[in-house]
Amino acid sequence: MAGKIVIDTERCKGCGLCVSVCPKKVIIISRESNRSGYFPAQTDDIGCIACGHCAIVCPDGAIEVYQGEVDHIQIVATSTKRNAPQLIEEKA
Amino acid sequence: MKTVFKRTPVLKDCPTHYCPGCGHGIAHRLLAEVIEELDIQDRTIGIAPVGCAVLAYNYLDVDMIEVAHGRAPAVATGMKRTNPDHIVFSYQGDGDLAAIGTAEILHAAHRAEQLTVIFINNAVFGMTGGQMAPTTMLGQVTATTLGGRHATGEGYPLQVSEILALLPGTTYVERCALSSAPRIKQAKKAIKHAFQLQMDGAPGLSLVEILSPCPTYWRLAPAKAMAWIEEQMTTAFPIARLKG
Repeated sequence: MAGKIVIDTERCKGCGLCVSVCPKKVIIISRESNRSGYFPAQTDDIGCIACGHCAIVCPDGAIEVYQGEVDHIQIVATSTKRNAPQLIEEKA
Repeated sequence: MKTVFKRTPVLKDCPTHYCPGCGHGIAHRLLAEVIEELDIQDRTIGIAPVGCAVLAYNYLDVDMIEVAHGRAPAVATGMKRTNPDHIVFSYQGDGDLAAIGTAEILHAAHRAEQLTVIFINNAVFGMTGGQMAPTTMLGQVTATTLGGRHATGEGYPLQVSEILALLPGTTYVERCALSSAPRIKQAKKAIKHAFQLQMDGAPGLSLVEILSPCPTYWRLAPAKAMAWIEEQMTTAFPIARLKG
């Protein structure tokens, strides 16, 4: 079972607590800033086990965690940056 | 696909004004999750403090009132006595509860008011610029103790929870921390228990003290601030279930 996290980059303030607690070290701090000027966390999810530690320590409630088969993960990610929800579809 | 973690709707969908890595965001979320799990959103009244959490009513989707500095337990007393079927909690920082509001919290506990108090202890006055609070650690450098806090001039860290645990009017006192994922889960359990006691009509005040990071005024990176709680703060403020 693979995990997937969705980070709301507009809520994220780049404190890096998720980076420090991730047991698989799959989260990094982005090089591009968000609209508030913070450098948000980002991930490619490879190796994520959906333990949820990143979401538990996140002070801004910016992380959602999902668990499922890799080839069927389909998530609707909303961000304050865009008006309409953006559909991300992944296929293995 | 299974959802492991999703933000609770009791926490409003707006970014907070807190600094990056601030513990208030975590504490707000724990409160919101507990309120959702206990299904008491429509009958909960929160009392916001003066301090960094002064705008807590912008983030928690329950009825809230903002009161004068330190007076949250006094207002909560009136709220609970006039609305006995409602769940009343106050959310206070250490500058609010342990400094200017010492009389109010002491006498609310002394009168055995049926309230839940969430006490956020970050060992400094965060809102006003990181000055020394009564809960500041010995040797801790703040804006007003540049050489570190000395017991001879500035006294010792005030352990409010230990004092309140001695009073017969408190039913439950626990000190938790936000320094790691397991600690945060434990803090959530403590908050839930405190609310549950009030819902069950326990005859007294329930208080949960939460050791919370203030990376900005501790001059530490957020991850190091979490480690500092574990290494330093827990020596003066041991994590324990003090009563109940």
